[in-house]
Amino acid sequence: MSISKKSDLDQLEAVAGNGLINRRALLGRGIAFAGATTAGASATFTSAGAEPLPVDPWSLTIGSPIPAYETPSKYEKHVVRTLTNPNHEPRTSQARTPHHLLNGTITPNGLHFVVSRTGFPDIDPAKHRLVVHGLVKEPKVFTLEALARYPMESRIHFVECGGNSAPLYNKDPIQANVQAIHGLVSCSEWTGVRLSTLLEETGIDPKAKWFLAEGADAPSMNRSIPIAKALDDAMIALYQNGERINPSQGYPMRLLLPGYEGNMNVKWLHRIKLIEAPVMAINETMQYTMRIAGQKSWQFYFPQEVKSFVTHPSPGLALKGPGFYEISGLAYSGNGRISRVMVSADGGKSWAQAALQEPVLSKALTRFRMPWRWDGQPVVLQSRAWDEAGNVQPTRAQIVAERGEPRVNLPVTAFPMGHMNVVTSWAVDNKGEVKHVYA
Amino acid sequence: MSMRSTLLVAAALVLATSAAAETPGLGHSVKEADLALWDISISPDGAGLPPGSGTAAQGKTVYEQKCELCHGKEASGGRNAKLVSTTERTVTNYVPHATTLFDFTRRAMPWQQPKTLTADETYAVTAYILALAKIIGENDVMNAQTLPKVQMPNRDGFVSKYPEKR
Repeated sequence: MSISKKSDLDQLEAVAGNGLINRRALLGRGIAFAGATTAGASATFTSAGAEPLPVDPWSLTIGSPIPAYETPSKYEKHVVRTLTNPNHEPRTSQARTPHHLLNGTITPNGLHFVVSRTGFPDIDPAKHRLVVHGLVKEPKVFTLEALARYPMESRIHFVECGGNSAPLYNKDPIQANVQAIHGLVSCSEWTGVRLSTLLEETGIDPKAKWFLAEGADAPSMNRSIPIAKALDDAMIALYQNGERINPSQGYPMRLLLPGYEGNMNVKWLHRIKLIEAPVMAINETMQYTMRIAGQKSWQFYFPQEVKSFVTHPSPGLALKGPGFYEISGLAYSGNGRISRVMVSADGGKSWAQAALQEPVLSKALTRFRMPWRWDGQPVVLQSRAWDEAGNVQPTRAQIVAERGEPRVNLPVTAFPMGHMNVVTSWAVDNKGEVKHVYA
Repeated sequence: MSMRSTLLVAAALVLATSAAAETPGLGHSVKEADLALWDISISPDGAGLPPGSGTAAQGKTVYEQKCELCHGKEASGGRNAKLVSTTERTVTNYVPHATTLFDFTRRAMPWQQPKTLTADETYAVTAYILALAKIIGENDVMNAQTLPKVQMPNRDGFVSKYPEKR
């Protein structure tokens, strides 16, 4: 493999402007490709110095004791959520997932995003109860112990705040990273009991068209949800990535409504009431409605529409000189599976199809990857996703044309627009620095 | 078959299916009457509103003691949201139903002691805020009958995106 490593790289088929390489280079031509990159890495070592490699100190002493519950390496201490209210002042708290420092598709439990009005309550699981009442045949109370004996299922789904990516509606491109702009989406394997199983037990009065879900937290956060979702894929989630769900995710139980906007997935769930019509709760009137220029405000906008963004490279992850890189990012849709992701390195003039990491699951984060040879010149990176329902991720210009020209610039803690699923553009300058732009 | 009888058959089927389904049956039956303290949701038509009443004058005292610290003098905003404004979006000029204001105040406010206001205090402070916004008169009494009839300025300002068109 050592012969003509440069020509190996050159042989890889360019499929779009500014150095995008056929995604099959990651699969079908894997050997040639691996050879090219390994050769590149060893070339760097050789030129770095003539010293033989020493035996490292950690190979010369015993290791640390294994803890009962392990946290990441001390060298990973920077991989944390950003907090908007660390002193717990009387206002909403937001914690964002550092997608630029993660890879794969599952979010570690401690890094799952949070939006909470008053922090998390201290709920005794032995005393917690879930009430199902209202337009049912027979109201019922379920303890956690009882629910733990019900048939369960595990499903991998993202949860995304309706206000995620809102800074893309600012007048000018906000200078912030992936975590700040897109950090209010996370993905987990959730395990629990289907809500429809509990409704079989209580019976459903045919007058019930909606249900109210309410939490046991201080503000008793509540939302009205169509009964159709309860009978489709709604779940009472008890476990997150194999362990009981974290306190800020709703311990001991949360509602999971795959694909629907985050706040409807009510945490610390303690009451479900079947009702005829929405209650017009604060979170479906004052919040989580969208003011559209020249139109009535949009209400009950539930699905998180198809979206994608590049995580590598992205602001803060500068490129270290020309050569091979893998462009990688996340795509997802609240309407089903991702069917295709296209990547551009020339601001949308030409596009190449990215490889999708299997398994591609419905309403789950999907990792896409795109081999790329950067020649050191300025480029603009974009990604655009399609879902199996035929929806295509809109450009920013399309959404602005639909919803009105933004007139202000707001910080990431404000939400000038909901359901912003537009294409994100990263400009790479000739030094390799990455910056958010509109393109 | 008439529409009505079709619906009745459909309803019977739903109930029959429910009765026949196999579930672990570990939920305990409970009477609606025993859920009174939990069932705090209120519909726009006023269903769920408790007995009691209050006026703006009574609400001013409650507001100054329990709300002003965060929401500012005469609801003009402080370290948390303003509730009344002629230029900015607030709960009074944006939410379509006055019942929402009562409901959120009762379930979530004051911030440090949620669910501690009495029904009379909640009606009164709701009246105070609605009067500041000039939506009701200074002397209007808010109770389970009058509150749902309050015409909010943005009553017709919303369009539902559900059901989705796809």
